[in-house]
Amino acid sequence: MAIIVKRPKLKWWEQLYLPGIVKGLAITASHFVATLTGKKKVTMQYPEEKWDSHLPDHYRGAPALVTDEQERERCVACQLCEFICPPRAITIKPEEIPSDDKWAKVEKRPKSFDIDMIRCIYCGLCEEVCPEQAIFLRKDYAITGTSREEMVHDKKRLYEIGGVREGLVNKWNELK
Amino acid sequence: MSEDLLDVQIDGVWHQFPKGTRMIEACRQAGVEVPHYCYHPKLSSPGNCRMCLVQMGMPPRPMPGQDPAEPDEDGHLPISWMPRPVIACANTIGPNMGIRTTGELTESCREGVMEFLLANHPLDCPICDQAGECSLQEFSVEHGKGSSRFRERKVKKPKNVKVGPRIRLDDERCIMCSRCIRFMDEVADDPVLGFTDRGSHTVLTVHPGHELDNNYSLNTADICPVGALTSNDFRFQMRAWFMKETKTIDTNCGTGINITVSARQGEIYRITPRQNNDVNSDWMPDSHRLNYHWINSDIRLTEPLIKDGGRHRMAKYQEAIITTADKLRNFDHSEIAIIVSGRMTNEEMLMARLLKRTLNVKDIDIIPRRGESDNYLISEDRNPNTNGAKSVLGLKDPGASIDALKKDIANRKIKALILLQEDPLTDGAFSAEDLKPLEFLVTSYPLANPTADLADVVFPGACWAEKSGTMINVTGRLQKLNKAVDGPGQTMAPWEILRDLIQALGGGNGIYSSADIFNLLTKEISDFSGLKLEDIGDQGIPFLDTGVTLPLVEREKARIAKGEIVGV
Repeated sequence: MAIIVKRPKLKWWEQLYLPGIVKGLAITASHFVATLTGKKKVTMQYPEEKWDSHLPDHYRGAPALVTDEQERERCVACQLCEFICPPRAITIKPEEIPSDDKWAKVEKRPKSFDIDMIRCIYCGLCEEVCPEQAIFLRKDYAITGTSREEMVHDKKRLYEIGGVREGLVNKWNELK
Repeated sequence: MSEDLLDVQIDGVWHQFPKGTRMIEACRQAGVEVPHYCYHPKLSSPGNCRMCLVQMGMPPRPMPGQDPAEPDEDGHLPISWMPRPVIACANTIGPNMGIRTTGELTESCREGVMEFLLANHPLDCPICDQAGECSLQEFSVEHGKGSSRFRERKVKKPKNVKVGPRIRLDDERCIMCSRCIRFMDEVADDPVLGFTDRGSHTVLTVHPGHELDNNYSLNTADICPVGALTSNDFRFQMRAWFMKETKTIDTNCGTGINITVSARQGEIYRITPRQNNDVNSDWMPDSHRLNYHWINSDIRLTEPLIKDGGRHRMAKYQEAIITTADKLRNFDHSEIAIIVSGRMTNEEMLMARLLKRTLNVKDIDIIPRRGESDNYLISEDRNPNTNGAKSVLGLKDPGASIDALKKDIANRKIKALILLQEDPLTDGAFSAEDLKPLEFLVTSYPLANPTADLADVVFPGACWAEKSGTMINVTGRLQKLNKAVDGPGQTMAPWEILRDLIQALGGGNGIYSSADIFNLLTKEISDFSGLKLEDIGDQGIPFLDTGVTLPLVEREKARIAKGEIVGV
């Protein structure tokens, strides 16, 4: 359905445009003076200043793997994040946990877990799809590197970024 | 209406089925899937999972003195529905029977069965290899509850048990369908599996002192509807949903077992049997199934090699072709012989025949490869396409002239040998002494091998998974081989090598694909005339009459005739 927008009827001084221009310049000039005299600050001096403390809780930064209170790596290499990842940034190679390991009953863990941060679009689907609460989007946003290889986060780096996360569901724990 | 056909109403629609059809099969043929776990058409039906419960009804029986019900205008009697459900897998249809696969009773039965099955089932789908192709997952989406009412503690059972060299058992995942037990008993004739303990503590176990080490043991992992039995070879390698599946045939022996090759990003992760009731039913031997790891290995030949001054150097494919053609021109046609492989397709054999014609060569043969039949699916003939050699190359007794050829080489009557897709030194068909008198040897093979060491030109030949074509199995069935993955490096299919060699020797031939060669086959070889590649289909077609039968298939036919199994 078409909507007919009524054109406003301009007064004669409005049709001159000059008063409008002057009004706009006056606002710009007031900001200019305020910034010049240091009354107002609009630019953040990045990277000396960072906006980390302003980040909201739901901020989506680099995805990372976490361990829990029992120092268990939570990822079981189910590869659902690899499947859901829209830019196909994730590559996982699973392996069997050896029988002498403390967590041998979990049976499976990632042998390698690579996230290509050039490809990652920070959509957070990996976190959403994870059935094991193992991957989370952290607040790290400054991912830099001097080569393509450096921009691939391997398993070690992902656990470094992720750290320990407490209070998750521990479905693999023995019943008391 | 024929006497053998019975009227059956399924979900309100009347159909006709032969007498003796199981209710579950009637529903399947009517396009309605009845969920089931324990039922398998190739095994007996114990009816123990109760998942296939449906509502059944028959025409009412008149009370004494009452008139029988009047049929409606289509001749169908009214149905009075039974208040309790019946299992669809072990019951056969009756005249004027009604089956309801939907409705309150059926739905509540399925929900109840699912709830009991899931009560003790672990929540380890993220680590379970069956996830993605698990009946329990599928049916719990359709008939399960979102949350569990089970407040008690789940029963603990043995996990990660090594029941055999190739099979791992997780008893907590087992839903007691007994398919594996019945398979080992009825098909593999090695009844080592069984249930022990009772009630919710029932566990699947191997008989004490025995192992699940039968050469058909991996079929139990295929038919396991859940992840209780999993293959050690495939364990944790790749998730089911990532893999691209290609329908093709096995080339380990003359049976030509129908298989599905599952690959991801050019790497093969597993091979599973594909149903073909005339060839392999639903099964395949472990030895054939696991014989694929060399395809992704480092010992593959990836570049053509040309011998210069006693040493091999890597070459471009084109250069290798031209070198071979130039060298072959130096010999008289009576001094050249061609040996092709019984592992090559009909198309490749036709190209070999054309090369024979181009070079005007007399000697062409295949290297025979024989073993023992296991009285199940493994054929005595370990070449998958001996019948193709008979039909396409016109050999009466394939492999018969190999000994004469050896003598001719020793007498220096044959000075140049074209040896395709074979490594006779490893197989023992030739010794290094046999090949030494040759002045020129050209070989192709997928792997680095001792015969290639002696060769003047070596081509990296594509293996069975990297090419398309057709083969004829021992029973004379023409079946299609489909390309599943690309070969590494400059690997070429044998038909491409042969085509380019013919081109280099005798000019263009206008062949660009193996389908082109099949068209040529229908013109050149009388057996193939009038055939179309599309006609062959996924299941193959009966082609030659060889009189050979497959023991396992024959036994299955006998069981179907006796009514022990459904068999479709």
